[in-house]
Amino acid sequence: MDMDTVKQTFIVECRELLAAMEEALLTMEEQAEPAEAINAIFRAVHTIKGSAGLFGLDAIVRFAHTVESVMDRVRGGKVQMTPELISLFLECHDHLAPMVGGILGDAPEPADSVAEGERLMAALVPFLEGAMVTHEVVAVRPQVTAREESGRDHWHLSVRFSPLVLQNGMDPLSFVRYLRTLGRMVHMHALLERLPAGDAYDPEVCYLGLEMDLDTQADRKTLEDVFEFVQDDSRIRLIPPYAKVEDYLKLIKDLPEEERHLGEVLVAGGCITARDLEEALLTQKSEDAGRMLGTILVQDQAVPPPVVAAALEKQKKFQDRVAGELKVVKVAAEKLDKLVNLVGELVIAGASAHALAAHSPDRRMLEATETLGKLVEEIRDNALSLRMVQIGETFNRFRRIVRDVSRELGKDIELEIQGADTELDKTIVEKIADPLMHIVRNSIDHGIESAEVRRARGKPETGSLSMNAFHDSGSIVIEVADDGGGLDRQKILAKAVERGLVPAGAVLSDAEISDLIFAPGFSTAASVSNLSGRGVGMDVVRRNIDELRGSVEVESYEGSGTTMRIRLPLTLAIIDGFRVEMDGTCYVIPLDMVIECLDLGPFLESEENHLVNLRGEVLPFLRLREVFGSRGPLPAKERVVVVQFGDIRAGIVVDKLLGEFQTVIKPLGELFRNLRGVGGSTILGSGEVALILDVPQLVNLATRRGRNHAALAQKA
Amino acid sequence: MIQFQRERQVLRITGELTIYHAAEAKAYLAGELATDPDLEVDLAEVEELDTAGAQLLLWLKREGKARGVAIPFLHHSPAVLDVLDQLNLAGHFGDTILISPTS
Repeated sequence: MDMDTVKQTFIVECRELLAAMEEALLTMEEQAEPAEAINAIFRAVHTIKGSAGLFGLDAIVRFAHTVESVMDRVRGGKVQMTPELISLFLECHDHLAPMVGGILGDAPEPADSVAEGERLMAALVPFLEGAMVTHEVVAVRPQVTAREESGRDHWHLSVRFSPLVLQNGMDPLSFVRYLRTLGRMVHMHALLERLPAGDAYDPEVCYLGLEMDLDTQADRKTLEDVFEFVQDDSRIRLIPPYAKVEDYLKLIKDLPEEERHLGEVLVAGGCITARDLEEALLTQKSEDAGRMLGTILVQDQAVPPPVVAAALEKQKKFQDRVAGELKVVKVAAEKLDKLVNLVGELVIAGASAHALAAHSPDRRMLEATETLGKLVEEIRDNALSLRMVQIGETFNRFRRIVRDVSRELGKDIELEIQGADTELDKTIVEKIADPLMHIVRNSIDHGIESAEVRRARGKPETGSLSMNAFHDSGSIVIEVADDGGGLDRQKILAKAVERGLVPAGAVLSDAEISDLIFAPGFSTAASVSNLSGRGVGMDVVRRNIDELRGSVEVESYEGSGTTMRIRLPLTLAIIDGFRVEMDGTCYVIPLDMVIECLDLGPFLESEENHLVNLRGEVLPFLRLREVFGSRGPLPAKERVVVVQFGDIRAGIVVDKLLGEFQTVIKPLGELFRNLRGVGGSTILGSGEVALILDVPQLVNLATRRGRNHAALAQKA
Repeated sequence: MIQFQRERQVLRITGELTIYHAAEAKAYLAGELATDPDLEVDLAEVEELDTAGAQLLLWLKREGKARGVAIPFLHHSPAVLDVLDQLNLAGHFGDTILISPTS
């Protein structure tokens, strides 16, 4: 087996575990009942430790073990989970992540990382005070309760010594003496029935058997170790006290749900030792009838039946979970991309076949391609939905950022997440993370005021930041809202004038002023903190979002908060398009944005101001031939395609409407990056290339021109 | 080192009644049983007793019983008492044990 592949799997698994750990840590503070989160953290660290052990990654094992030990004490209620401890655990998480990531190379752990690890472990040690840092996976915790001596509240040890013990130079008496040092010998019964009479008696053979009840806090391993040197051929059974049974049940319940055999569960729970298991398995093998392992353990080894039952339950739970997990298949993103690309090609080829069939005299041909087309459409939708991921994961990352940044700035900020299950294209999710980060940091840094200011303004001291995502007419909307001071428009305008972005004395609408924050080289931060104002301004955010064919707008109310609204297309790859023609050339408008189509003539409101009247609603329009500077002859009838982007509607005037068409979006080359009004290209069924119109840009253009032409345009 | 000394009924065992001398002791005791099983065993001088020794004493007791005689053990030394105590063997032997003030 290729070790690197296995390691890769390990890394992926660890990343997921670490993510789970981080999330649990971050949500813990908010929960009244953090037991679940604590368990999740414990499980994550425990599993990482276990897996790292398989690879012999001692550094990780050592570190994870310390973390796990503290976590175990937290779980046991011996250590209180404080914000400081959470921070410490977060640091541990941050330390573990690169450690795990670094295992692929052969390079030794860098010295500063080692130092950091030592520092963290040293910081963890105080939380371990009083607890031994053992290297047991799960040590049976001693139970300090003064129990009544009734019932079996102590270990029962049943020993049949090997006949050769004495000849091997060992004396059972010495074991007894030692056992008495471990606890109180409640009961001792020597069995000498095997001692033969007469000459059959061999004075050098040991016939002794012992049945002992020992009241001790020692765990199974310790007791078994007493008999370490004689265990090979002596028969030794250790029966736990009832109190331990409870412990075992609890331990088994607390075990992480991993694939284990029954025996492993019991060993991990400390109810039997590895040797007991080995023996029982041997017994099982040697028996023809083949009793179940659990039965053997109960009958021969006196593991209390409830313990076995609990272990079996645990085993079953895992199996159930595996069955559940199988419903999700992990696929490399690369494969998905390839599939989507192929589906894209399929769509084009299908369109081409359909175009040919349309001209064929054979009607069956057309029917066949119609059916094919429908199937292709379904395949396309399905293939695209494979790439859809929930945005929640991206949002959750911000919990950490909000926490860290707000601490750094000494602000108390709560993050509220909504619509985490909203799905969007994986590529978009990846690319939106950076702009979102910037917006969130800005909100924390500039938006939400300090506690004093908030108090003075009569707001709750805890600032609130909310992230929301939802679908809206073919696009996804992501909102980042804060309840901070809002944009200071006067300051913004003053700054813009100072920077020469707008001429002095210009009159701008509120929206236009708000929009200025996206202008290149604009920053109002009075003090440059290390969070924002690092030279990467909101202009970069806008550019990133533009590249995704999305838009960003800001809505701000002075004194009560700012909302950044990002609007993104659902997918980057394939869309339903609406074909139009202008001057003999075909263009595609994303169908999601098309509201309706009409003839220009009857609806024309004002040619001069470029307005149409759509049943009482006055909309600006834009002639495509003007945008592209076409000089072809005007058609007899001009058509208007009414499109909507966000809340704004506008008309695009074209020559001909050609109908719907599945469109595979091909990016435009670098040369056409700055082309106005065009967002991409596609290949038509005929093999021709068609340009995809950039509706947001066109709508923008239309409204701006409309506004310049007449105040009438602002009727809406 | 182990020594046996028989004066009429009383058999005195002196020294270490352990695995090292178990075979020798058994041979001797078997011989005594064969000649005259009516014995009393004085354990006052037993300096050391181990599991093998304890087994031997028990065997002796049972052999006597098989021959219809009780073989009482007398004057248990501290070493013997300790073993009886550790393994809770007093019941097996069934002797009256006089706890000497020194032990």
